[in-house]
Amino acid sequence: MTTKTAKISVQGVTKIFALGRETFTALDNVSLDIADHEFVTVVGPSGCGKSTLMNILAGLETPTAGRALVDGSPVLGPGPERGVIFQQYALFPWLTVRQNVEFGLRTSGVPKGERRRRAEHFIEQVGLERFADALPKTLSGGMRQRCAIARAYAVDPSILLMDEPFGALDALTRVKLQEQLLHTWSQNKRTVLFITHDVDEAVFLATRVIVMAARPGRIYDVIEVDPAIERNEEFRLSSEFAALRKRVWHSVYHQEGRTAFQSASHSSTA
Amino acid sequence: MTAPERQSAGRRKLPLILNAVSVLLGIAIWWVLATAGFKLPTPLEVVSRAGTLIGNGTLGEDAVASLTRVLIGFALGTAAAIPVGFLMGWYSVLRGLIEPWIQFFRTIPPLAIIPLAVVVMGIDETPKIFVIFLAAFLACVISTFQGVVNVDRTLINAARVLGAKDVTIFARVVVPASTPFILVGMRVGLGSAWATLVAAELIAAQQGLGYRMQNAQLYYDLPTIFVGLISIGILGLLMDRVLLLAERKLTGWQERR
Repeated sequence: MTTKTAKISVQGVTKIFALGRETFTALDNVSLDIADHEFVTVVGPSGCGKSTLMNILAGLETPTAGRALVDGSPVLGPGPERGVIFQQYALFPWLTVRQNVEFGLRTSGVPKGERRRRAEHFIEQVGLERFADALPKTLSGGMRQRCAIARAYAVDPSILLMDEPFGALDALTRVKLQEQLLHTWSQNKRTVLFITHDVDEAVFLATRVIVMAARPGRIYDVIEVDPAIERNEEFRLSSEFAALRKRVWHSVYHQEGRTAFQSASHSSTA
Repeated sequence: MTAPERQSAGRRKLPLILNAVSVLLGIAIWWVLATAGFKLPTPLEVVSRAGTLIGNGTLGEDAVASLTRVLIGFALGTAAAIPVGFLMGWYSVLRGLIEPWIQFFRTIPPLAIIPLAVVVMGIDETPKIFVIFLAAFLACVISTFQGVVNVDRTLINAARVLGAKDVTIFARVVVPASTPFILVGMRVGLGSAWATLVAAELIAAQQGLGYRMQNAQLYYDLPTIFVGLISIGILGLLMDRVLLLAERKLTGWQERR
């Protein structure tokens, strides 16, 4: 990939957590460059540090060693240019869909009318206009995650960091949301880092799949997917997809002789 | 009306009917016991005494005096407990400094403070309100603190990545997220404030439901004691309902199991 001006640059990042008297190396000297408008998925067994990597880029955690750069400057904390979507949706349960989507706009002081207009636009884009004034408790899991996506998009970040966003959804909803996400992304290109434990999802969405290994967490393999391919049902059922899927599957489940099951058995902060 | 609607309406009515049946049954048993020769006034005697006490204005004055004490003590108690609970939950240094005192005073029943309060504060309204204040404060501060500590980290992170700074996170995430805990604390606080009232009115009171009952005790006046007890129960229940209503309004967003 082009490295001249990487949108995201992870340089020799190591993260060690103290677990009582023991330590746990979540990330061991991880380096990675992501270009503008790339859609990168990260897949790997639990404990491979994929969520830690995302938290460091989000500015929610600091690396023990190494550094993470966004647009050439080091990440010192969360920033509006990086939108984050969490697996647990993390909607504010006391706010309606509209108020949730407006949250980030309010914190950055966008005036009321403008806020309204932008929230409306993104709520419509994720198809929740009928539920704009509903509280999260009345929504299904898929609708909650769509609301979270609209909320992240509303502040107009150039980077989207997604931590297993569809992990808690049923297979049908997941496929639908994957297609919707790609549709939104194709209309309004951003740099996406998408964490998943689902090999199919990793292959379907990505222009590049990064496979990580656990203990210590590190990058194990990188698989490129032709960005020119149209991501649709045809692709999902094609032999090309099957071949890619097989390649990634082997990388994830048969890492250097030991199975992913073994490395996942001592699961930890993943 | 569709079938499920009718069913749910029936389900809502059933507990009310059971409640009413239970109350009537209780009064019936009371009546039987009273006529069977137990040292109890009959419901009729109590009702007629209530009529007299309402007629000559005593019950009203007593209720106002007691309510004033409870409400002032309770208002001061929660007004102090909420900020202290927030500070304890938010700043671990303050938690370390404040917590031993709260835990210590929590083990002392507020009533045990009465002798001290009388010596230090005299016998006017101050020691009575102080004891009620203490009861309400201790009950409310713990649950406010718990509420702040229990705020979901993910929600705080979500606010941070949406650009919220500490002040905004506090006002727009921590406060609403801990509201359910605070309201539970207020209800418990109101309960203990009300429970402390009668004993607080032991301190040279001239008016109040607790005072009236103690006075009646001297004259072996059981109906008046019953009127006092029932008034305290009804007023406590009404105040609790008001808070419950506020809770429903303010925390309706919660997912209830």
